Amino acid sequence: MKLAFITGIGLLFIMTVVVSCQSEDQVEFNRYYSGGSVLYLAHCQNCHGEKGEGLQALIPPLTDTVFLKQNRSSLACYLKNGLKGKLSIAGREFEGEMPAAADLSPIEVAKVLTYITNSFGNKAGVINLQQVQADLKNCK
Amino acid sequence: MKNIICALIIIAFYSACKPGNSTTTALPILGNREPVTKTVDGKQVTDTVYSTIPAFKFVNQYADTISNKSLDDKIYVADFFFTTCPSICPVMHRNMLNVYKEFKADDNFRIISHTIDPKYDTVPVLKKYADKLGISGNTWWLLHGTKEETYQIAKNYLVSVQEKNPQGEYIHDGYFILVDKQKRLRGTYDGTDPAQVTKLIADIKTLKIEPDQVNAK
Repeated sequence: MKLAFITGIGLLFIMTVVVSCQSEDQVEFNRYYSGGSVLYLAHCQNCHGEKGEGLQALIPPLTDTVFLKQNRSSLACYLKNGLKGKLSIAGREFEGEMPAAADLSPIEVAKVLTYITNSFGNKAGVINLQQVQADLKNCK
Repeated sequence: MKNIICALIIIAFYSACKPGNSTTTALPILGNREPVTKTVDGKQVTDTVYSTIPAFKFVNQYADTISNKSLDDKIYVADFFFTTCPSICPVMHRNMLNVYKEFKADDNFRIISHTIDPKYDTVPVLKKYADKLGISGNTWWLLHGTKEETYQIAKNYLVSVQEKNPQGEYIHDGYFILVDKQKRLRGTYDGTDPAQVTKLIADIKTLKIEPDQVNAK
């Protein structure tokens, strides 16, 4: 009887830890994601569209999950420094220039990237401040 | 008795508020107007003269000359943009594409987009932009002209364009201007707002069936 009681308490404790850990991650994700959605509206949506659809052959969509995954550690640099030249996205060729969002702070870059990589059919989890700071050191 | 009076009052209010759906309201005529008094057959007749778009000459993305004559007897929508515009142009032309798709089969309708950066937006650049935007044919013309001509005509469309702000960027209004077959301004719409552009499409349909427009050939 006593053993069962202790085991029960133990299980409850472990469950609480697990659940609260998960929700902490979730809280972090929500904080980045919702902050990112506001930044997206202000800095990205005019060109890339409300649904990340881009604009015809002029502006690439943000729906290419494979491109976002393969270039995950370069995304921060693309935002901060702009992007120029030929790109192959979603099986189509794009050529042009994306202006630099130089006024975005690293935390804002992290938020908007979290929003983009978890919207429009993408689901890549949080890109946090630490990762963005590390990525920005390696910009070409 | 009291109840009946109440009911009557409610009905009276209700019918007063009922919108008059039977008559579609005509679009207003915008811009300056002045009364002109003429003598016709010995009688004094006062007529209102509305401001119209004056004569112009530009070149489109196919290097064809486009003048005011090219738009005779056509309803058209005008806007101002440049191909390297990072701010409002993409959203304007994303919305304008809806207007294009709606009316591209109508030869009495045109869209004209004036570039305000003629130095960079040469005819080949405009053609490339048109191709990438996915527009073809003669429904939507991208017009190149001298800076002076373009900025001058912008005033006639009541659109404000300025060469450079302190950040070195071109600035211009994101308005779409609706012009009728008599080259009078009939509406201005915020081209960055999808709801306003939906209204523009509805207004073009209203305008097309106005007697003045139907009778203009």
